[in-house]
Amino acid sequence: MLDVPGWPGHLAGQHVDVRLTAADGYSTQRSYSLAAPTNGDRLELTVQKLADGEVSPYLADVLSAGDPVEIRGPVGGWFVWRSTDTEPVLLVGGGSGIVPLMAIVRTRRAAGIRTPVRLIYSVRSPADVYYGDELRRPSRADDGVDVTFVYTRATPAQWPEPPRRIAIADLEAGGWPPDFEPSCFVCGPTGFVEVVADMLVALGHDPRRIKTERFGPTGG
Amino acid sequence: MGIFSPGFRGRRRAGGEQLPPGQYLTEDFPVLSAGPTPRVPLEQWEFVVTTETGQAVRWSWPDLLALPSETPTVDIHCVTKWSKLGTAWRGVSLDVLMAGVETAADFALVHSYGGYTTNLPLEDLLDGQAWIAYEYDGAELAPVHGGPARLLVPHLYFWKSAKWVRGIEMLLEDEPGFWESAGYHDYGDPWREQRYQGD
Repeated sequence: MLDVPGWPGHLAGQHVDVRLTAADGYSTQRSYSLAAPTNGDRLELTVQKLADGEVSPYLADVLSAGDPVEIRGPVGGWFVWRSTDTEPVLLVGGGSGIVPLMAIVRTRRAAGIRTPVRLIYSVRSPADVYYGDELRRPSRADDGVDVTFVYTRATPAQWPEPPRRIAIADLEAGGWPPDFEPSCFVCGPTGFVEVVADMLVALGHDPRRIKTERFGPTGG
Repeated sequence: MGIFSPGFRGRRRAGGEQLPPGQYLTEDFPVLSAGPTPRVPLEQWEFVVTTETGQAVRWSWPDLLALPSETPTVDIHCVTKWSKLGTAWRGVSLDVLMAGVETAADFALVHSYGGYTTNLPLEDLLDGQAWIAYEYDGAELAPVHGGPARLLVPHLYFWKSAKWVRGIEMLLEDEPGFWESAGYHDYGDPWREQRYQGD
């Protein structure tokens, strides 16, 4: 949670650039999606800690309440959802790609609107699920948000099938038919996004209604 | 400036190459696109230069491959902060493609299959600064990286190097393209860190 005095507000799907500076002046930057809707001066980021990361271990383990952080944003004018958008929404997230999609779900909830949303969330195992409580035990305010999980390495007990990668049948069963003309948001690692975007196009969704955001480890 | 991150040490690079401000070095080749990857059959592919008077010059795929090509090795800088040094390409220089084109225009709008656009001053496409590239690292340019062919204009942030390029339109007045209309800088010089509007 970050307090940013004077924050101008942001749209679901946008991100911020975070810059860290060491004592000798060395600095580096990374981008993180905002996980929640505008809430005054308070921003929520969900950071996946990578064992060999340069920035994420600092944010996850070292940064403490009261420490300063340099933030730039909000950034991003394309991969955004506005609560005034009326089309049904299809969200497909892989791993940490769930973060901006969760911002969309939470923005819908905070605005009290009923736009139909279907979320398909692909993760390695139940332990890797972010926002588990919210997604598995939704409140009344999330009525109209249907969530489907795809587990790629380990499934929960009594799951009806073995772990597997997301397939076109998941997008058919858990998504919207193309003639509903949904707005599709796909976010996650590049390989995941490529596969899912191609599947959506193959199912007949208009490519212009498919917005993609590819991210993941930067290798630095 | 002046904000320090208590306890942050960072990971400094061993090499001495200078990167533009705010960039970090990557060894892989990240893919960032706004939507699905367009698939363009080569028999239908064409590249069109259109002048401000509406005159058009076209090249088919065989036409493009028959033109003299160069193998530039360049550093590329993405606005999302990664930089990749010494990338090797094969492509046709815009100086060759624009050689027979008469224009008084100062600006260009680049068009891609799938609808992407980006704008830049015409002079930034000339004098050995830009290519229509169809090979990367000695092999055919993969669709995720913009194949069959992309614009390569490495002195600007890499969103200006439009993937799946299909044409360039000369304009008398500057017209913002896709990312430029979504908050990104009109020019995009990495060395002046021109990432977003207002930088």
